[in-house]
Amino acid sequence: MSAPENEHAKEHGGPRVDEPTGTATMGHEWDGIEELNTPLPTWWLYTFYACIVFAIGYCVVYPAIPGIKEGSHGTFGWTSRGQLASEMDAAKAARAPVLAALDATPIEDLPKNPELLAKAVAGGKAAFKVNCVPCHGSGAAGSIGYPNLNDDDWLWGGTLTDIQTTLEHGIRQPGDDATRTSMMPSFGRDGILKPADVQDVVSYVRQISGQEPGNASAQRGAALFAANCVACHGADGKGNRMFGAPNLTDKVWLYGGSRTAITETVTNAHAGVMPAWGNRLSPATIKMLAAYVHSLGGGEAFAAPAAPAAETAASTGQ
Amino acid sequence: MTNMDPKGLTRQPPKRLHAETQAVHPRAVDGRFRRLKWAVMTFCLAVYYITPWLRWHRGPYSPDQAVLIDLEHRRFYMFAIEIWPQEFYFVAGLLIMAGIGLFLVTSAVGRAWCGYACPQTVWTDLFQHVDRLIDGDRNAQMKLAKAPWGPAKIARRLGKWSIYLLISISTGGAWIFYFADAPTLAREFVTLQAPSIAYSTVFVLTCTTMWFGGFMREQVCIYMCPWPRIQSAMLDEKSLLVTYKDWRGEPRGKKSPTGAPLGDCIDCGLCAAVCPTGIDIREGPQIGCITCALCIDACDGVMEKTGRPRGLIDYVTLEDSARERQGLPATPHWKLIWHARTLIYLGIWSAIGAALLFALGTRQHLSIAVSKDRNPPYMILSSGEIRNAYAVRWKNMEGRPRKMQLTLDGPAGAKMWSEDMAKEMAARDLTRIIPADTTAPLRIYVTAPVGTHEGKLSFTLRALDQDGGEVSYATRFDAPDEDHD
Repeated sequence: MSAPENEHAKEHGGPRVDEPTGTATMGHEWDGIEELNTPLPTWWLYTFYACIVFAIGYCVVYPAIPGIKEGSHGTFGWTSRGQLASEMDAAKAARAPVLAALDATPIEDLPKNPELLAKAVAGGKAAFKVNCVPCHGSGAAGSIGYPNLNDDDWLWGGTLTDIQTTLEHGIRQPGDDATRTSMMPSFGRDGILKPADVQDVVSYVRQISGQEPGNASAQRGAALFAANCVACHGADGKGNRMFGAPNLTDKVWLYGGSRTAITETVTNAHAGVMPAWGNRLSPATIKMLAAYVHSLGGGEAFAAPAAPAAETAASTGQ
Repeated sequence: MTNMDPKGLTRQPPKRLHAETQAVHPRAVDGRFRRLKWAVMTFCLAVYYITPWLRWHRGPYSPDQAVLIDLEHRRFYMFAIEIWPQEFYFVAGLLIMAGIGLFLVTSAVGRAWCGYACPQTVWTDLFQHVDRLIDGDRNAQMKLAKAPWGPAKIARRLGKWSIYLLISISTGGAWIFYFADAPTLAREFVTLQAPSIAYSTVFVLTCTTMWFGGFMREQVCIYMCPWPRIQSAMLDEKSLLVTYKDWRGEPRGKKSPTGAPLGDCIDCGLCAAVCPTGIDIREGPQIGCITCALCIDACDGVMEKTGRPRGLIDYVTLEDSARERQGLPATPHWKLIWHARTLIYLGIWSAIGAALLFALGTRQHLSIAVSKDRNPPYMILSSGEIRNAYAVRWKNMEGRPRKMQLTLDGPAGAKMWSEDMAKEMAARDLTRIIPADTTAPLRIYVTAPVGTHEGKLSFTLRALDQDGGEVSYATRFDAPDEDHD
């Protein structure tokens, strides 16, 4: 059939019919390549029209058309800021019951409610990242002059209540009456001790902290220590949390335990400041932060969950 | 192709770039392939509708539905098998097997998936039977389609579409039962207490079933489905195709005008009339042919009535077409399947299946995952001891609570305690009861004496019940390089 039809096509200018398939071509060719005319079904065309209608509708209801100063707003009034705000509101609403429960629970009762405690720790972890990381580090490991919160050495106490107080009122925060405060004298700088005496005291401190064997200098230092230091650091050098006086016999040093570092401390003293957070953060956030810091492994007055720890089922998760 | 039917639907040179779809009204037919299609359809629909209602007892802590995709709790249950999310490779393996299975079937028997088992084919077939039930067979359907709209036609159409809708709702409805406890969900569904996702899923699937099965039908196969395109590339001269044996049938006709001898085809057109995709198989192999073989049934019936041998239209490979054209006998059927490509697919398919079964049989039902704290990597306690922290996940994959023991293997003098106990109770092992089907996260602190160097540390989790089982996780213990000052 094709051959005579093609004759016909040539005469009348219609498209050529491809012989093997019996399908007409589109009537054009590029370098000998022709295209068969395989028509789409009409419904496909309607699908295309439907897409156009949808696109027009979309442009009407959503912001889509750019303008000189601002684009169209769309009849739905949708904005990405609005969506964010509603998502934040939803998140806030979801958190509300936890925060209300935290407000109603005194911090010392938190361990009695493991579920709430777990949520407080999680919330505290987030709040820590926002507020505490600049000084204490992202892993709460601190650095010279900024305490490591993972360990079991606490200047001002490591129970939940102690940590809460520290957070709320800060340390040596001017203007906060309840702030934790103390002042170590600058024994060297102010001439209370002569440089040689300072070295003797340092020798004694290094002896009681197990870093140096006892010697004559340390023996002289012991007497100086008893005269000048025991009021705060105690007769045995184990510190006193009333004044935030560190335990000098342990292995944790806020400003370093080397001879140089201790000499510097005795000569000039240190008085680190931590801001009071009570007027910046909500009481619930402070509780969460306290719970998080307490959970880092060094928290004191550990209260085991209701069931005996040894064989209780661990808390579950996915 | 000089013998082509000039009235053929697909071959007429079109005047426009898009063509009106011709509605297909296939005629009812009976025969061995039709009966096979009935059987496959019954089987497929039965599997689809009944599976979620099968029960399988798994004890008090797990659902008793035989096949359940529990998205909420991230578990996949299939009879005795329970898959956790981290074991999803089993499901991936099954999907790969399904893919290679398609290749295997194509290599062995051609486009059989399209012709018999594809949901689009099964549901289209079902809807076409509804057409015959309400409107009558092919001729009545065509007549009704042409008839002007009047009360009788409206009533028939509404009746038919109502049945379409019922089928569609039950199709979409059955789907959701794979994802929740079927009896509970059914009760909630009818009392309007089911989650909204159930209703929207049913709604969407009802729409697609109604639209694809009721109205789009063969258009889905010809224009929308990618598989026929892929399949065309997978067919070769050894693939079984539904073939009109033109060397036997041509020249076709009822009576020769010139008296010249005619072929076996009496040009009754029944093969085209019964075709569910509306093609004429006598035009040769084409993309619209889903190889459902209903034309074979139709032609065989005619051949029988007219006293000619069956098989004018038959499953034939291209290779055999060439042989038969020369008068040579066809290849025996077993030989068709016995060729390298089929055997290689079968080999791959079975190897994956065997590997999956082996992995399933030997998998542990407890597992441990440890993630060491790296910020800070280690801590010095006031006593000078070195402390490392680990997040340890105890995983009990059995459907019952199990008593498990975690043992520490690390530096000399190392001891561990967990967040839920006091440091004073630190020991080399910890025992916990892990609830059924649960991952229990526990923070573990390990301390080692002053002077310990960094090194290897591993945790071993042991089940303390009869079934036992033991898994280990190797990690490390960090310590300062030298005495800190």
